[in-house]
Amino acid sequence: MGIEERESFFTTTIDSLVSWARKNSLWPMPMGISCCAIEMMASADPRFDISRFGSEVMRFSPRQSDLMIVAGTVTYKMSHVVRKIYDQMPEPKWVIAMGACTSTGGMYRTYSVVQGIDQFLPVDVYVAGCPPRPDNLLNALLEIQKKVKNGNQKSKREKIYIAE
Amino acid sequence: MKELIKKKLQEKLSDYIIDIVEFQSDLTFVIKAENLTIISKHLRDDVELEYSLRDILAIDRYTNENRFEVVYNFFSIKNKLRIFLKIKIEDAESVPTLVDVFQSANWYEREVFDMHGIKFYNHPDLRRIYMPEEFQYHPLRKEFPLMGIPNSISLPRN
Repeated sequence: MGIEERESFFTTTIDSLVSWARKNSLWPMPMGISCCAIEMMASADPRFDISRFGSEVMRFSPRQSDLMIVAGTVTYKMSHVVRKIYDQMPEPKWVIAMGACTSTGGMYRTYSVVQGIDQFLPVDVYVAGCPPRPDNLLNALLEIQKKVKNGNQKSKREKIYIAE
Repeated sequence: MKELIKKKLQEKLSDYIIDIVEFQSDLTFVIKAENLTIISKHLRDDVELEYSLRDILAIDRYTNENRFEVVYNFFSIKNKLRIFLKIKIEDAESVPTLVDVFQSANWYEREVFDMHGIKFYNHPDLRRIYMPEEFQYHPLRKEFPLMGIPNSISLPRN
């Protein structure tokens, strides 16, 4: 909010207010490519209930989203589509690499699968598991929320790894 | 029933069949490439058989002679029987297309071409089906490394 050169009480307070609002209404872009997408859907059901954290609005339109959940095996052919959808999302935006395939290629150690989406996307949180439990995805969401709350660029580049 | 079909096919097609292999109830006819169209037409048109094409695949034996085998998988819903036609070819040898007899062969042959580099002559549209069009290699050939060739497929810029 660069209203003044020096950060005053007013601008910093507005900043924290904005990031507070932003952190509690992260709208995910569900990039469900394979089986992890089923667990991602399960995280929206009443049992796990992603709406407790304000992220129940799964928009299948990148223009309205600020969090991309890449859930599934990304092949080289698909990587261009994923990147294009990521580019269409408005700033600021965050990325969760959900599951083993997305983070490292997983069991698909083969010529057609990208060995980790961080080769072409800036990933914020990696979630282990094949597929991860929905609660682990919620854990990743909470980590993203911490990042959004801190707001500064340095912590945005920091990578977080969530164990199974 | 199966013995009857086998006998019938042997009688009608004996001139075209090189060898018959029966292994664990799978019936395989080894044939020559130039007779493929005649045989599959017969399998399709005979009212007692009514075979239809289910799949085409190739096997890379990685030998000096008869390196590739192209296998045609036929199934008869009427008789509930499956047979395989097998063509043995050398490296860089091509096979006649089956699109004239079965339209569904179009994409199967494109898949075999994409994965093994076997060309099907007179095919109407022999392009890659899985890999990107600018890709240079054929991944299911034995000499292709499992992890692929670095930078042979493009990634988006970061």
